[in-house]
Amino acid sequence: MTEMVYGAAPVVRGDPMIPRWWRTVDRWSLISIIILMGIGLLLGLAASPPLAERNGLEPFWYVKKQLIFGAMGLAAMLAASVLPVTSIRRFGVMGFAICLAALLLLPVFGTNFGKGAIRWYSLGFGSVQPSEFMKPCFAILSAWLMAAAHQIDGPPGRFMSFCVAVLIVGILAMQPDFGQASLIVFAWGVMYFVAGAPWWILFGVAGLVIAGGVAAYELSSHFAGRIDGFLATTVDPTSQIGYASNAIREGGVFGVGLGGGEVKSTLPDAHTDFIIAVAAEEYGLILVLIIIALYATVVMRSLGRLLAERDPFVRIAGTGLACGLGMQAAINMGVAVRLLPTKGMTLPFVSYGGSSVIAAGLTVGALLALTRKRPQGRMADVLARADRG
Amino acid sequence: MSDLPEDDDAPRRPLRPLAPVLRARDRGENPDLIERANRIRRHDGIRERLKARAESRLLVLGLFFVVVFGAVGGRMAQFATSVPEEPRMSIFGSTITSARADITDRKGRVLATNLHTQALYAHPQDMIDIPYAVRELSRIFPDLEHDELLARLTRPGRKFVWLRKTLSPEEVQAVHDIGDPGLLFATRDMRLYPNGHLAAHVLGGASFGDEGVRAAEVIGVAGIEKAMDARLRDPDKVDEPLQLSIDMTIQAATRKVLQGGIDLYEAKGGSAIIMDIKSGEIVSMVSLPDFDPNRRPRPALTGDPSDSPLFNRAVLGVYELGSVFKIFATANALDLGLVTPDTQIDTQSPLVYGRFKIGDFHNYGPTKSVRGVIEVSSNVGTAHIAQMIGPTRQKEFLGRLGFFEPTPVELVEAPTGRPLLPKVWGDLAGMTISFGHGMSSSPLHLAVGYASLLNGGHKVTPTLLKRDGPVPEGPRVVSEQTSRQSREMLRLVVTDGTASMGDVPGYYVAGKTGTADKPKPGGGYYKNRNMVTFASIFPYYDPKYVVITTLDEAKVFAAGEERRTAGWTVVPVAAELIRRVAPLLDMRPAIEEPAQPGIREARNNH
Repeated sequence: MTEMVYGAAPVVRGDPMIPRWWRTVDRWSLISIIILMGIGLLLGLAASPPLAERNGLEPFWYVKKQLIFGAMGLAAMLAASVLPVTSIRRFGVMGFAICLAALLLLPVFGTNFGKGAIRWYSLGFGSVQPSEFMKPCFAILSAWLMAAAHQIDGPPGRFMSFCVAVLIVGILAMQPDFGQASLIVFAWGVMYFVAGAPWWILFGVAGLVIAGGVAAYELSSHFAGRIDGFLATTVDPTSQIGYASNAIREGGVFGVGLGGGEVKSTLPDAHTDFIIAVAAEEYGLILVLIIIALYATVVMRSLGRLLAERDPFVRIAGTGLACGLGMQAAINMGVAVRLLPTKGMTLPFVSYGGSSVIAAGLTVGALLALTRKRPQGRMADVLARADRG
Repeated sequence: MSDLPEDDDAPRRPLRPLAPVLRARDRGENPDLIERANRIRRHDGIRERLKARAESRLLVLGLFFVVVFGAVGGRMAQFATSVPEEPRMSIFGSTITSARADITDRKGRVLATNLHTQALYAHPQDMIDIPYAVRELSRIFPDLEHDELLARLTRPGRKFVWLRKTLSPEEVQAVHDIGDPGLLFATRDMRLYPNGHLAAHVLGGASFGDEGVRAAEVIGVAGIEKAMDARLRDPDKVDEPLQLSIDMTIQAATRKVLQGGIDLYEAKGGSAIIMDIKSGEIVSMVSLPDFDPNRRPRPALTGDPSDSPLFNRAVLGVYELGSVFKIFATANALDLGLVTPDTQIDTQSPLVYGRFKIGDFHNYGPTKSVRGVIEVSSNVGTAHIAQMIGPTRQKEFLGRLGFFEPTPVELVEAPTGRPLLPKVWGDLAGMTISFGHGMSSSPLHLAVGYASLLNGGHKVTPTLLKRDGPVPEGPRVVSEQTSRQSREMLRLVVTDGTASMGDVPGYYVAGKTGTADKPKPGGGYYKNRNMVTFASIFPYYDPKYVVITTLDEAKVFAAGEERRTAGWTVVPVAAELIRRVAPLLDMRPAIEEPAQPGIREARNNH
């Protein structure tokens, strides 16, 4: 302030925030996410009125709620995307501590909503699923630890992040929530891979995942029932998957038309876990392929931008966030077409659910912040190549 | 960049490069700056190496996601372009199937089949005008209580209410005419017994098992329906009816004659069995009173279950059958070579054994031949023969004839028709059992015993299923000669003895009467309540069928007094039965008895 004297020109440090943000952010990913949110609202219009009717609410109660949540998710995404990398890291690590505490206290204060697993906090106007927020925070924390391991005289960060992953997976498996647990495992594996894992460890982890799955099958009847339902050659058409896959077939390429679908009134989870079946039935394969393309755009654009990234933390954290999001979408859709066993997993941004949309917004916001264009010393690259050549 | 390590395996370089630090000290500069610059350079190097390695790995990840999203999209496309699965109902219905094979008699005439009907249920939440629908329903079905039905349909939270199990087509139309979308029909296959009471105890009955909206299981609850339930519901054999050994025509005749006998002799009930003497196929089995298996009554919770119409006297009713057992004692003695038909037996009545006396109806004089003992039915003479045999051999002989085990016939109730045996089978028990007291067995046991003894001496196994092809002979129980001699003695009972009303011209009936006082529940015997039995075969020289007829508490006023013995009551009924049934069994009456068995045997000896 002392330099501000009469007649002096104000000091401009770089250009204003908003234009710089717009210039450096990955606009393709941003637009894809906004389109996905729009599709979520559109499908909510179709999928949720039967549910509202069952619960004695006005037909578009859930759509209105989703509109509010979607706005909150969008705001969270934009807010996160303008943050500098250091802030992302700090908020992520702090958020991790909060989420861990919330997860540990779930058995005391949580509810199960009659669905067989305690995963939610009921807050009156809505419910919060801490494991949704845990995923991005875990990715950031793990990336921080792994990046630190690359420092000379750095901490054994990879081992520490492994311990954290085991802890989180253990807590999630106790709920039980094997869907989120498998996503955590996947995100950690991907980050470790990018952080430079020896190949033999990757195979070891793959073996451990398989062994863990077998153990869960043997020990948990909840889990075993779902796996058995998936492995059965003849799918009971009255099961959730039976209805979902039948709906996809009914839809065909162009769909049965707006409001013509039936699956939304037969499936209890049509607005959350099986929203893709509603999309396929009413709008056909076209919309499904568009949805897949949008997720693929976000994942591919992010990975592409991270290729040029020099900062190990940014690269690892961005990989974890992008792959976690893409994998969740792929698993959700894979379940509906019987590629994977049933897991209680939402389709990010499209499924109904407050904490799902807001957590996905924060995830993508952090991802956008990490993939913003920064000086990467391209000239040095060129020179180095020239040197070697 | 040349001072940076190319990889981790290169020799370690110190963080404080000694030469530049020493140089800096000489110049008086801060050596820490040298160290820091060195550290930054090395970090840059690590970063470059990591970036180069991460580049390829990120590309691998990108490829992985291309494959994953491609797989999901491809599978979606495959689903979307495939034909939707055909009606869910057909798959749903496969979990509960109403399929059940028909049951026919030995000539293929239907005894039990399935009838397609509708069941009625309601979805109250879909109903438009519940009070009107309830009014109409209680008009169509007068037994539906109006107020109760209204309460059931209007109870909050009810989403599914069964109203009726089976509806006639007229009722279905009447319910359709109510026009309420919340009244729905479920298909039901109902078990139908077109012949009603006929063969009720053999068939038993069926009812619904697991019920679904699409179909309901039909399961057997009694009789052969339950015993053969697995076979009848076997999906592979549903189209193939279960063929019984019962002949419907003969069953009808038997039931009619037996009912006539019960009416005529004021009996409480009765039973009749007609069985092929060689193959053991039961051609007819009747127990009266009976019931309609289409509307099987509930078992009575009070009173004697053996008085219930559901009770199958022919298989379940174990009675002390009386003098019909005497032939087993004489056959046993003949087979052991202890006596011949002409051996004289002490028949001086009463026979005193310890503090017990065994007496006869009349005193038949000091001695009679074995043949005579059977002819006049002497308790004393049979008891003496039993003494000659001894309890051990007697027990073994009756066991061989199947008297100690429940009959193996294909009825679910059969295992409960277990004979009652004395706790201690001593001399005295042996003597009373020889004339049919002190041991209880069912009429079917008696049929098996008579068939095995008199068919030439081979054990038969009773069955209600039609046998295809020749039946293998069972193990031998008595010699051919004993069998023939026993038949001749039983023929004498009909021609000259207690069953003189039992002969049927042309059919040469042979048999033995039995009149047994019924035991009181508390012990001892009723003086004037008895079970009368006539066990018979025809024709005696080459027997084809065994016929067991019993009447419970029969009495008749004849020849100046009230008569309760078998000769006056059940024998005429059995004779009428044979007279009616024998032609139906494709047997021609013989004008005269064929050549003597002895001569025939001589011919066989060539």
